Amino acid sequence: MSGYLILAILGLAFLVTFQIAKASEYVSVLKGEEKTFLQNNRINAFLFIVFLVLGLVGAWWCNELFFKKTLLAQPAASDHGEKIDIMLWMTIAVTGVVFFLTQVLLFWFAWKYQYNEKRKAYYFAHNNKLELIWTVVPAIFLTVLVGFGLFYWFKITGDAPKGAQVVEITGKQFNWMMRYPGKDAVLGRKNYRLTDASNGNALGVDWEDGASHDDLESTEMHLVVGKPVHLVINAQDVIHDVGLPHFRLKMDAVPGIPTTMWFTPKYTTAQMKEITGNKDFVYEIACDQMCGAGHYSMKGLIIVETQEDYDKWLAEQKPQYLTVMANRQQAAPAAARAAADSAKITATPAAAKPIAQQLTK
Amino acid sequence: MSSEITQQGQSGVATVPAHDHHEAHHAHHHEESFISKYVFSQDHKMIAKQFLITGMIWAIIGGLFSVLFRLQLGYPEMSFPFLEDIFGKWAAGGRITNEFYYALVTMHGTILVFFVLTAGLSGTFANLLIPLQIGARDMASPFLNMLSYWFFFLASVIMFASLFIQTGPAAGGWTIYPPLSALGQASEGSKLGMDFWLVSMAMFIVSSLLGGLNYISTILNMRTKGMSMTRVPLTVWAIFFTAVLGVLSFPVLLSGAILLLFDRNLGTSFYLSDIVVKGEILPNEGGSAILFQHLFWFLGHPEVYIILLPAMGMVSEVMSVNARKPIFGYLAMVGSMFAICLLAFLVWAHHMFVTGLNPFLGAFFVLLTLLIAVPSAIKVFNWLTTLWRGNLRFTPPMLFAIGFVSLFISGGLTGIFLGNSTLDLHLHDTYFVVAHFHIVMGVASFFGMFAGVYHWFPKMYGRFLNNTMAYIHFWVTFVGAYLIVWPMHYSGLAGMPRRYTDYSNWESFKQFAEMNRFISTVAMVVFAVQLLFVFNFFYSIWKGRKVTSQNPWGSNTLEWTTPVNPGHGNWPGEIPEVHRWAYDYGKDGREYISQVEPIGEGESKH
Repeated sequence: MSGYLILAILGLAFLVTFQIAKASEYVSVLKGEEKTFLQNNRINAFLFIVFLVLGLVGAWWCNELFFKKTLLAQPAASDHGEKIDIMLWMTIAVTGVVFFLTQVLLFWFAWKYQYNEKRKAYYFAHNNKLELIWTVVPAIFLTVLVGFGLFYWFKITGDAPKGAQVVEITGKQFNWMMRYPGKDAVLGRKNYRLTDASNGNALGVDWEDGASHDDLESTEMHLVVGKPVHLVINAQDVIHDVGLPHFRLKMDAVPGIPTTMWFTPKYTTAQMKEITGNKDFVYEIACDQMCGAGHYSMKGLIIVETQEDYDKWLAEQKPQYLTVMANRQQAAPAAARAAADSAKITATPAAAKPIAQQLTK
Repeated sequence: MSSEITQQGQSGVATVPAHDHHEAHHAHHHEESFISKYVFSQDHKMIAKQFLITGMIWAIIGGLFSVLFRLQLGYPEMSFPFLEDIFGKWAAGGRITNEFYYALVTMHGTILVFFVLTAGLSGTFANLLIPLQIGARDMASPFLNMLSYWFFFLASVIMFASLFIQTGPAAGGWTIYPPLSALGQASEGSKLGMDFWLVSMAMFIVSSLLGGLNYISTILNMRTKGMSMTRVPLTVWAIFFTAVLGVLSFPVLLSGAILLLFDRNLGTSFYLSDIVVKGEILPNEGGSAILFQHLFWFLGHPEVYIILLPAMGMVSEVMSVNARKPIFGYLAMVGSMFAICLLAFLVWAHHMFVTGLNPFLGAFFVLLTLLIAVPSAIKVFNWLTTLWRGNLRFTPPMLFAIGFVSLFISGGLTGIFLGNSTLDLHLHDTYFVVAHFHIVMGVASFFGMFAGVYHWFPKMYGRFLNNTMAYIHFWVTFVGAYLIVWPMHYSGLAGMPRRYTDYSNWESFKQFAEMNRFISTVAMVVFAVQLLFVFNFFYSIWKGRKVTSQNPWGSNTLEWTTPVNPGHGNWPGEIPEVHRWAYDYGKDGREYISQVEPIGEGESKH
């Protein structure tokens, strides 16, 4: 019902506007076009100045309202993020000055040079000196911005330091899966054709590779504060993106093409709760690449903690390989019985053999 | 002159100089049926109107879609039963479902970028202005020109049909990145709707190429006597560069789209490798999802200039006419458009800084991207200097031209953030990007288009648009655009991702619920005012105040030397000869000097 009411009001507003518009046209014909033109011109010139003043006040007010809700109001949670924030402030400063000057000039000129019967427009077609100035000056400022930008860019995208904690993160519709390399610090080989989520191998790990046997799988990412982390990023189905707003970083997860990213977390989750004054603060991984109907819900969690807490968490984890094999062993007797029933075919799958041997070792 | 004669032969318009005006006009009426005049017309002016009105219909649809998804964004906890009445399962329970939301977002982008701001903008004003402003009777090939519109119409029909299929239209974003767009299992919108999208775009590209080749050959070959390239108005230069961009980059998108069709339907693996979707292991190996992004953005980036350049051209023209003062730095304007056109081809990978692109390669794209800011700055300062010491008439087109400059500055400056790969790491795919491109490419180009419509409406229909409605249209749209887009930068600086249907479950982004509601409300008001403009447009076609003088704006360019309602062939007599550039306003104490007036004795040089 209220919908129709709104429609009716809208329709009425349309009608009224139209009638006023029509009437004003008749009035202008009666009053003389010249006079109406001059009047309209003065009103619009005045509105431009009003727009400029209210616009600048509005921009200030908007900043009051929202600045504290942005990430600029809190320190970056990674070392790379700090560089990005410096770059951001530098760019805000340069563009802010240009913005202010050009907008003020634009609307000031609109006001100042509004039509006046007495004034003649100044015939000024070109001036090479002026053109040169506003080619060279922006070019210099841009060179500075490019220079700093690339300096930081190469630092951020450069190789991860030796001894960085490797964590693999894999995106699929619509969640994230983490894998840690375990004690050997090597991630086991993967083959997407081995993916079998119902049998504990959601990532397609090749259990034949010994390096996979101590790999840990987790739904949360645990990181040690102050220790560089090297992310290896994968996707299974479509392109996702590991978006880390608090660390100021993001990197796409592309099926078939692993990508990487590294950074050093600066504050634990607990510290960030204090810094932001939000007791519910969590580091969230937001998918930043449109990935289907559940894109908006594709969230991951990062817990940054002290080495002590991290070790405690690590000790509680069990390699996925062991979990999978334990399940298989439970299933094996049942399978063997079923096989025995159906004639005299050997029931043990060839692939299971070496695993069974390793387990008995 | 020979081309002119064939022109008359083809179009069958008897405007041979020897005949008197009345007789020529008479013959013209007899030969054209309703079909050949209004439907399969080969008159560039009619084709321009067809492009414009089709574009307007699309703009209403695309704008309405944005209102619908802004309802969800602004009022995520509310339900609107009337939506279910209209959209059925797509709005079950009066809420916009996720699939529907993404379909709306995707179609909003596709429609506005391609169907409105490419076809609706270039198609309209290239067709209208090229022959009229360079002094030609029609396009180089009126027949291809007609085909260009009808291919656009075909593309429109296919895209419109895709809105009604059971699994919905394409829903993977207007950039349709595979594998999402390639795999029907991954998204409802990637089923039949995606094939419709691709076929429609293929038709669209054919239309765009037919049009573009025509525009280029007309501008290069059919200028009237004396109309050297340094004398054509900046609108024509802008359209020329636009056409060159389109002709060189649209074929690349076509190849990308065709390979995607193959991947979808013929089992190829151009973009697919190592994929497990919904537990299903796909056999495709060896493709690259990133290849598509390169092909897409090789068009996609020039595309933003295809949208923006015509707007820049029209703004330059309108601003000079209404400042009663020559455009400042004509050659610098042409040069900067040339630089933009050239650089547009060399910056596409700045959309791909976070795809795993080699950082070293990325560095070149940073450099080239920020280089575009230089010609853009030149243009802004030239516009400002054009206003300086002018005698400004705030006609509706002039208001939109000034609004354009303001928006172009605001949106252009945020491009300096995003083009810098270091900042892109933080801001990529956040609302900062949404704010940036909506203001600089979306709203600014619309302002250029509005400036064009208000300025040349008298030429199109021989009537004026209503001024009061025009002023309301401008001020509400201008204020509204800033109210919508300005706060978005803040959510972008909080890292709030684009293309989320709901932020309430995110600790990092839920603080912007009120802001989203505010933006949605303003968006609805602005949309309603666009409907006012549409109403003004159609009402004024039939009921607007009649144009009584040949040159209502006191403009120098050739289109205002034609009759108020020019027939096919534009000039009843001979095409006028041109003696000067288009911008002799306020020269030697005279308010304006038409291009057709010979240089007087003792006239000062500019």
